[in-house]
Order: sequence, then C-alpha cells, then structure tokens
Amino acid sequence: MSPGNSPKKVYLLHAAVIAVLFALNFMLPEYHHGVLARVMVLAVFAMGYNILFGYSGLLSLGHAMFFSAGLYGAGLTVSHLGWGMAAGFAAGIASGALLALVIGVLALRTTGVAFMIVTMMFAQVFYLLTLYFAEWTRGDEGFVLAQQARRIDLGDLHFNLTDPATRYMAALALFSVVLLATLAIVRSAHGRVLVAIRENEERTRMLGYDTFANKLAAVVVSGVICAAAGAAYALLFGYVGSTFATVQYSILPLLWVLLGGAATTLGPLVGTLFMFYVVDITSGYTSAYLLIVGVALILLVLYFPKGILGTVRERWIKWLP
Amino acid sequence: MSFGPHLLLATLEGLVTSAVLALTALGLSLVFGVMRVVNVAHGEFFMLGAVLAWWIASLATGHPAVGFLLALVVSPLIVGAVALVAERLVLRRLDYNPEATIVATIGMLYIIQQLALTFYGPEARPVEAPFSYRILLPWFGYSGYKLSVIAFSAILLLATWFVLTRTKIGLVMRATQYDRETAQAFGIPVGRVYAGVFALGAMLAAIAAVLIVPIQQAHYLMGLDPLLLSFIVVIIGGLGSLRGTVVAAVLIGLSDGIISVFFSPTLAKIIATLIVAMVLVFRPQGLFGTAAR
Amino acid sequence: MIDKNRNSGLLSLNRRTALQGLAASAGLMAAPGFVRYSQAQSSAPIKIGFQAHRTGIGAAYGRWYEKTTAAALKLINEAGGINGRPVEIITEDDGTDPKRGAEVVGKFASQHKTDIVFGTLFSHVVIGSAPTAGELKMPYYVVSEGHHVASTKMNRYCFQPGITDVKSQVISMAPWIAANVGKKITMIYPDFAFGHDHRDYFTPAIAAQGGEVIAQIPIPPTESSFTRYFPQIPAETEVIYHVMVGPAVLTFVKELGEFYGSNRPQLFGFIDSLEAVDVASPGLEFLEGSHFWEGMPRYLQPDASDAVKAYRNAVGIDENGAAVGDPKDVSTSAHMFGCWETLYVVKQAMEGAGYKGPEDRGKLVEATEALTEFKEGPEHPQGDKTFNGKIHQCFGHQNISVVEGGKLKVVHRTSIEDGLYEPEGDYTTQAL
Repeated sequence: MSPGNSPKKVYLLHAAVIAVLFALNFMLPEYHHGVLARVMVLAVFAMGYNILFGYSGLLSLGHAMFFSAGLYGAGLTVSHLGWGMAAGFAAGIASGALLALVIGVLALRTTGVAFMIVTMMFAQVFYLLTLYFAEWTRGDEGFVLAQQARRIDLGDLHFNLTDPATRYMAALALFSVVLLATLAIVRSAHGRVLVAIRENEERTRMLGYDTFANKLAAVVVSGVICAAAGAAYALLFGYVGSTFATVQYSILPLLWVLLGGAATTLGPLVGTLFMFYVVDITSGYTSAYLLIVGVALILLVLYFPKGILGTVRERWIKWLP
Repeated sequence: MSFGPHLLLATLEGLVTSAVLALTALGLSLVFGVMRVVNVAHGEFFMLGAVLAWWIASLATGHPAVGFLLALVVSPLIVGAVALVAERLVLRRLDYNPEATIVATIGMLYIIQQLALTFYGPEARPVEAPFSYRILLPWFGYSGYKLSVIAFSAILLLATWFVLTRTKIGLVMRATQYDRETAQAFGIPVGRVYAGVFALGAMLAAIAAVLIVPIQQAHYLMGLDPLLLSFIVVIIGGLGSLRGTVVAAVLIGLSDGIISVFFSPTLAKIIATLIVAMVLVFRPQGLFGTAAR
Repeated sequence: MIDKNRNSGLLSLNRRTALQGLAASAGLMAAPGFVRYSQAQSSAPIKIGFQAHRTGIGAAYGRWYEKTTAAALKLINEAGGINGRPVEIITEDDGTDPKRGAEVVGKFASQHKTDIVFGTLFSHVVIGSAPTAGELKMPYYVVSEGHHVASTKMNRYCFQPGITDVKSQVISMAPWIAANVGKKITMIYPDFAFGHDHRDYFTPAIAAQGGEVIAQIPIPPTESSFTRYFPQIPAETEVIYHVMVGPAVLTFVKELGEFYGSNRPQLFGFIDSLEAVDVASPGLEFLEGSHFWEGMPRYLQPDASDAVKAYRNAVGIDENGAAVGDPKDVSTSAHMFGCWETLYVVKQAMEGAGYKGPEDRGKLVEATEALTEFKEGPEHPQGDKTFNGKIHQCFGHQNISVVEGGKLKVVHRTSIEDGLYEPEGDYTTQAL
C-alpha cells in the first residue's frame, strides 16, 4: 500500500462513491433503496471494525458490544428518558466511547489470539448484562422506539426518520462522514503508525512510538464508529434488542471486512453489500441458502484470499487506499 | 438444601462439564498449537458428532448400550474423515493463512449446519444412555452415567497425553508445532501431519459430543457453546499445553457451577465470565503458557 | 433421510398449492349458481407474505407452522379463496433473527408486493419487524403468543387474532393450579423476556387465588445443564412451575427426574418445554402424573369435535400428534393451530373490508379491529374466541392436561373469562 502516491485519484474515487450512493437514492427501486440504507449503516459498523482489524491488526471477536453500546445508549435514553433523536445519538456514541476506553485499557494488555478471546468474553458479559437488566432492556425480546418519536425538529426543519428517503439520506450522511474520517485516519501519521504496529509492533516501539497509546486510540475510534452505527440502527430502524449483542454480531463485521478486503477503505461497504445479496438472493431459491453462503465464502477465500478489494488492489489498481 | 450438599452437587456438575470441555478443547488446542490456525468450525464437528451419534444409535437395535457404543466408535471416524477432506480440499490450498482460514472455516460452519438442518432436522433428539443407574445420595439423586463420563474422559485424556509425549507420532507433532520449517528440513511430512492433526482434533470433539448426547440432546445449533468455551479454555490454559488445557477446563467448569451457588444464575454467569477474562488480562500467556515467541 | 423428502415437498408447495387454488377457483367460477364471487373484479391472487423460521433457533416450530399454513391455504382455495380470488403464500426465511425479520417485511412490501405479512412466532422477531411493518403500513398478523401486540407497544398494523397471548394464558392457569395442585409454588423459567412474562403475570395471579410463589429461579439462556440450580428449590415446595424453551428443555426435564426420582413435588409446566418432543422419550418417564398447559391438545381426545378431526387430518397429524407415517416427528400442536385460525381471520376481515388491493390496507385494519368473536368450528377448531379490537388480541380457552401412560389427557378447559385482563392501551386511537 502506498497511500501517499495518488491523493487526487483517491479523493476522486471516494467522492464518486458518495455521489453514486446519493444518486441511487433517486434511482433505486423501493426495495433496494431500503436495503441500501440498512447496508450503509451496517457498513459503518464494518468500517469501525476495519480500523482495528484491518489497519491495526487486532482481531477482536467482541465488537457486537460496541455496536450494542450505541444501540442501547440511544435506545434506552430515547425510550426511557424521552430524549430527542440527536441527544440519543450522542448518548449512543458516548456509551461506545466510554466502553471502548475501558475495554481497550484492559484488553490491550493481551495480544493475538488472547486479545480475540478477551474481547469475546467482555462482549459475552455485555450480552448477559442486557439480559440481566431486562426490566429496562426487555432482554432478548427487546423494545421498539415509537414511530412518532423518531423525528428530528431543527427550527422549521422536520426530519422524519421513518420516511424512506430521509432515512436513506441520514444513513448516507453517517456513512460519508465515517468513510472520509477513515480515509483521513488512514492517511494520517496515526494511521501509518497503526499499520506499522500491525506489520511489526516491536520495531515500531523501538522507533520511539508509544504503541499502547496508538492502539488504545484505535480501539476507541473503532468503538465510537461501531457505536455510531448501533445508535443509527436504533433510531433509523426503531428496534433495540439483545440479539445484536450476541457473538454472531461480532463475527459478522469480521466476515464483511474479510470479504470486502481488510485495510481497504471501501472494502467494508463492498463486503456488507455482497454478503447481504448473497443471502437475500439465494434464500429466494432454496431454504438451504446457508449451504450456498458457506460454499461462496470458501470459493471466495480460495480465489480472492485478500478479499474483493484487497485482490483488486493487489492485481490491478495499486493505488487503492 | 443445606450448603454442603449443594456445593457437592455443583462440583459434580462442574466436573461433568469440565470432562467434556477438556476433550473438545484439547481437539481445538492441537489444531491451534500445531497448525497455528483458528478453526471456527470446531463446534460444528462437535455438533456433527452428536447428530451422527443419534443417527447411528437409532439404527441399532437391542440394548441401548449397543447403539451407544457403536456411535462412540463410528461417529468420530466419520467426523474425522469429513475433517480430513475439508483440510485437504480447503485449508491446505490456503496455505494455512490465519485470516483466510477463519473465513473458510466460517464457510464450513454454515455448510455443516445447513446439512445438519436439512438431513437431520431442527428438533433436539436424545440418545439413550448405555445404562440408567441413578445414584441415590442422602440429599439428592445423581445420574450414574454422568459420573462415568468423567471417568471415561479422564482415561481418554491420559491416552492422548501418552500418545503426545511417549510415541513417535507425538514427537513428530511436537516437532511440527515447535518449528514448521525445521521439521520439514528433518524430513517430517508436515502436510500429512497437519491433515492428521486436523482430523484428530475433530475426532476428539466428536467423541466429546457422543459422550454428551445421552445428557443433552443433539441439535443442529449446539456447536456454538462448545466452540466459545473451548477457545477460552485453550487460551487460559496456554497454547499447546495439554496440562494447561485440562486445568483450565476444570477451572472453568467448576467456577461456573460453584459461583452459581452464591449468586442468581445470570449474575453468576456474568461474574464467572468476568473472572476468567480478568485472569487472561493479567496473565495473557495463559496459566501454563510460556511467554509468546 | 426422512427430512429430505419433506423439505423438497415444502419447497415446491408454494407454487403447487397456488396453482391448485387457481384451478379450484376457476372451477367455481364455471359452476352453476356461482353468483356472489362472479362480481369479483380481478382473479389475481391475494398474496400473503409468510415470515417463517426455516433456520435458526425457531426452525422446529417453523416447519410445523409451514405445514399448518399450507393445509389451511389449500382448504381456503378449494372453497373459493378470499373475495373470490385465489390466495398465494410467499414464504421467506427470517432465520429467527430480528434484523433479518425486518428486512423480510420490507422485501414482502416492496419486492413481492404482498397484501399482508403473516405467521411470525418468536417474540424478538415480531418486535424487531413491527416498526418496519408500521412504517410500510403493512398489516402484520403474528402467531406468537407473546404479549407484545396486546401490550399496545407495537403499532396499529400489528395483530394477533389467532392465538391467546401469554399474559392471558398464565392468568387463566392460576385458579386451577391453586385448587388442584398446590399453593406453594417455585417457578423455574428462562431469564429472558418470555420467562419474565410468566413470572410477572403468574405471581400476582396465584396470590389472588390464595397461593404463593415461594421461590423464583431464573435460568440463563446460555445454559445447557440445569441440575446445579435444583438445590435452590425450597423443600416445602408443593408445585414446581416450569416453562423452558429451546433445545435444552429435554435436558431440563430429564435432570429434574434424576434429581428427585419418584419423590418429587407436583409439576406444572407449559408444553412449550416439550413442543416437538415425544412425551414418551427415554428419560421423561418421571413426568407421569404431571400437568401441562396446552393451547390445543396434542393427543386426539375422545371428545374431539369433527372440526378438530378435520383439522388434524388436513395438517397430517395422527392421534398422538405426530406426523402421519412418522411417529417420531412430533408436531408443535399447542401453537401451530394459530396459523390456521389466523388465516381464517384474515379471510373474514378481508371479506368484511371488501379488500381489493394494497390501497385497502387501512380498511383491512379497521375491519380486523371490528371483529369481536370467532365461533368454534372448522375455521376455529381450537375453540371459540373473543377478539379485542383495541388491543388487537384474541382470547380463547386453554387446556390443562395430565401425563397418563406417556400421553397427554385434557383434564380441564378454562373459560375465556379466566384469562381476561384490563387492556393496557388502545391502538384504534393511532392514525392509520
């Protein structure tokens, strides 16, 4: 990867992606329009995961807890404290930041597979807590955010988050901000230190970098982005439940990132989109669609071992960030 | 019930969990230790073992012990063969790249789960225990079969230990684990060792599953819990340490049960999970592992 | 193995039954004396989206929900469909996952363009899908027995007209338990919302009958073995009230047996613990003499009505509640009748609303809300029911059965009044 080489092309590409997504709002048929709104929110989740896994080389199996921290941070404040959408969203992000900080300080004492297991276990604790405090969370059943509450009033401007076009634009706004932020981080000094840590932590430390502080920053940024995705999910789709805290939702972002291409800025979107349509299309033909998903995964990893965009970068477009 | 018997019961239950967990985790530990890959499909090999056990036992007639013993032999063999094929067809071609292996084994997880759902169905089905002796203690009754599971598992663990430390196969495996390149240079067929280890790991999971189906039922989604617990055991025990794996399995099995004596069940789970996580945080190399190389 | 054939049968079922429906209604159109339906403006099928648990934890129920739905659909189409139009069921798997559930509702609305969505069982999928249904103004008829719809926390488009909710079920059990089984009760339930419903509704209900819940033992949902919790059951317990769900339930019952042997307190359970499981399975012998709630009896009762027999034949279950030809394939009898009855409620409401297409969905909601009772008969074989249009929930009779010779025998049938409670809100005040 050589991010410094073609900045113009890189910015152009990302602007083009955002422009295409914007244009699609007016062109997509209803169903795919709704799908893309959801996929963009989930791709934000994957992008947050990518910061830690792709760029810093830290494999976490507990990111469901950050997503859920945002989900519950937003959902609980809105439904129990009557907070507005914006305040709820901020609460979700704040919960994610705080949780990521605590988890980061503890879990970063470990590396490699131990890091994976520790994050998984903390996430399991988080999941059990959502069940334990069922009085407020309604545990596994979860709860809905009332349709009439899901709107933002800014002076004379009224945004109804249950309206498909508004929802799409809100998802796109979040997606664009996070995409550009990811790009900025990757191209920043901090981002290069992360990559250096991934490639050789010992050497990076010898060069005088505080690897712990850099990794902790990566965990917090990653946690915040995932929490933003969770909070957006709660507010845009109106449901909060402990399913999102299960280990399955920790494995999914890993899968999306690996499919799309780890350490590529656009890989998370590609992976999330690909996975969604593989499930959606195959389930239309057979109830045994998981079989096809499984085979697809294996074929993909056999022939595109670096993920879709990772392979594209390796073979064709070298400047892809 | 008074405190003493309650604790006794929790301990017995913990030991049964530990016994099965130790076998399953040992399988994962071998794969993990020797091949340095994370096998996400390990839990599905466990599930496959259980489902096949039900199928084999339902084919057998006569005393329930016949079907059970048949399952105990045949089911791990089939699972081992499946794992062998998967290793040859997929993992070897990935050159055991850690990340690619995770995706590939997630793929296998989906495939095995779907095949189980399609051919076995969504129901939970029991296998009859080979014998149904209920041990009557002064305070409560306890399943004799459960105690036999502890004993049988201990014997198997000892046998594995013997193979690993006292035989040429074990030596070859340990050499491969220690340094793949050097082992290759000394003429060890690393590829075949990997295939064998992968199959053996799956077979251990399958044996554990056959032992558990008379207690819990075979179900196509039963693989997740043993997978997660095995991961935890392997890491807590320290990579590649047989002794560590067994101690960690006992520790986790018992802590879960004994903490539940003092707290409400869900809170007990939370506390037990946190304690184990903290052990790892403050001793990242595991209980018996040496510092990372 | 057996399931393979069955699955391939299910796969081809949608198209085939729809075609049969087409053929049947075409036949009716040609038949003499056919007046009312000949006015029907269109013969395009009415499309019903079926949100099914084909994979995931709900798959054991999902399979029987599909069978029951297919059987009812066949009869409805043979009798001329709805408003003279054939009915087509389009099935999508939700993986028993609330996220996928919401996606599937969106897919029904905008991809398949179904008229309504129907058939969801697991509560978290219902609650996860409800916001989407409300936003898309898609009438959503669930068969879940959860209290979600009746809590009036969902929205105006969610209905549960085919199966009584858990709050009503639980309340209606209390008088009989206090009078016949015992008054000192220990509850064992899963530590999540479904279990909490039982805890929260049963505890006051039994207190009102002079009984008392002396211990509550919540079991974490991640648990697969239970023995270590049994010492928490107080020695003076007269009745253990248990309601476990998921694949571990058989373990639970077996371990209870090992723990107590023959010297056990009385047991009262919800059949949810043993749906799709043979009561005569090895290890369950000790359940002999214990009592269960059943929504609809699994075993054919001697006094069964003709409607019940016709229903069982149509679905394809034998006198033991197992699939005809495969005694090991036990059905989810206590719940699946809800699919059958819900489809007939949909038919009744659509005909009441003069439903023509998606533009009439508002009318359909109002017509469903206007329903007040369902008569026992071929369309409602489980029994008569009342329907409260304000909370979108029906209320029916419940059965209490005893295990006798490895079979369930109904010993008591509650009245509808036993299960009534104060409504918690009113959907009809919400805008359409």
